[in-house]
Amino acid sequence: MSEFNYVIGVTGLNATDNPGPGISVIRALRAHPDFKGKIVGLAYDPLDPGLYPTDLIDSAYLMPFPSQGIDTLRQRLKYIKKVSNISLLIPTLDSEISAFINLESELREMGIRLFLPTKEQYDMRSKIRLAEVCEKADLDFPRTKIISDAEVLYQLSGEISLPYVLKGIFYGASVVQNMEEALAAFYKTTAQWGLPVIIQEFLEGEEYDIVAVGDGSGHIVGALPMKKTFLTDKGKGWAGVIVKDPRLLEITEKFCRTTKWRGPCEVEVLKTRDERYYLIEINPRFPAWTYLCAGAGQNLPFAVAQLAMGMDPNPLPEYKVGTMFVRISLEQIVRIETLEEIISKGEIHYR
Amino acid sequence: METNTLERLKDLAISESGFLFDPYSGATFTLNNTGKFILQLLMDGKVIGEIESALKKKFEVGDEDLRNDIYEFVNLLKENHFLPNGFTP
Repeated sequence: MSEFNYVIGVTGLNATDNPGPGISVIRALRAHPDFKGKIVGLAYDPLDPGLYPTDLIDSAYLMPFPSQGIDTLRQRLKYIKKVSNISLLIPTLDSEISAFINLESELREMGIRLFLPTKEQYDMRSKIRLAEVCEKADLDFPRTKIISDAEVLYQLSGEISLPYVLKGIFYGASVVQNMEEALAAFYKTTAQWGLPVIIQEFLEGEEYDIVAVGDGSGHIVGALPMKKTFLTDKGKGWAGVIVKDPRLLEITEKFCRTTKWRGPCEVEVLKTRDERYYLIEINPRFPAWTYLCAGAGQNLPFAVAQLAMGMDPNPLPEYKVGTMFVRISLEQIVRIETLEEIISKGEIHYR
Repeated sequence: METNTLERLKDLAISESGFLFDPYSGATFTLNNTGKFILQLLMDGKVIGEIESALKKKFEVGDEDLRNDIYEFVNLLKENHFLPNGFTP
């Protein structure tokens, strides 16, 4: 085994009750015995909890919000490269993946590697085009209609009957029982996320999530299926367990083979009581529960780091079914000078 | 017993104390000694008569309602999707 000495930048340090995946990814990287490099945390808010665990990050920087545009992001990364010499970057938030995909070739020239889906792959998994991918991959997908006009809601009954799910183009989903609820959800969702909205057949069943990494040529580097066993009131998993279900891996393989997926993803699958499996969503990044994969025997973040650096990832062992995660919330004690440094300088160096 | 039913049952992890983990659904259960004993017999592919005799021998019980108790337990396993609805031991 060779030592991995690179400096890795990781985003998504908002480890709140709706956690970003950054800390989970960092813990997985640190858990790998070959990892001898450094971790640079990249955060959007001075109070992002992931800025403060000094045992996990060596340095950290505040980043411009994606809404500030790609030029600002480019400048900031150039500065971070100069000061901390990051060699690769693992973005973990939905809102930033697209900007990083657009910057990938420039960052490579700068000496910062990424291992992300291509623009085409990223667009293919969008809520609007996922039905098309599922058809190509021979996967079941809930009946879906994309609409941009509230009037269309009155004409849906022939295609999708109430109750159904009304989803925002980027985020949010409401189950609506009648036309009044449908109209209210339509206007609320479009005010928040814009047009179009997605109308999807409502299916009852159990949700399973799979974290996977595709190598970009249609193969899977590793994949682990998980069932959430405890949810917060926001519906986020607070505990979960690795399960054994070959069908979940088969679905993940079909998706990665069809799209030639490159990089990490989270596949969301709904299994109905009559044992039908529907692919419901693809998140183009690591999930917040990623550390579970390292705990179960397949360190996918480390594999992504190796792939980004052009190395062949070590063959991953079988994962251990029954491995669980249970989250904990705890208070980190922080000196006021640390916060001052982060706010005034926009960066902090612990080592 | 169908092969896939047997395989499904054999994948269940049961500890000494009767803690049961279903690797397919991720669900966990706690079984008492009798439940654990019956499940083990089902996993070994035993039929109703064999289960009944084994229970009588182990727990020194009479005939009263034993078969109904076994069926009740099997129904519980069906409700929790460990066994298919059409299954009869």
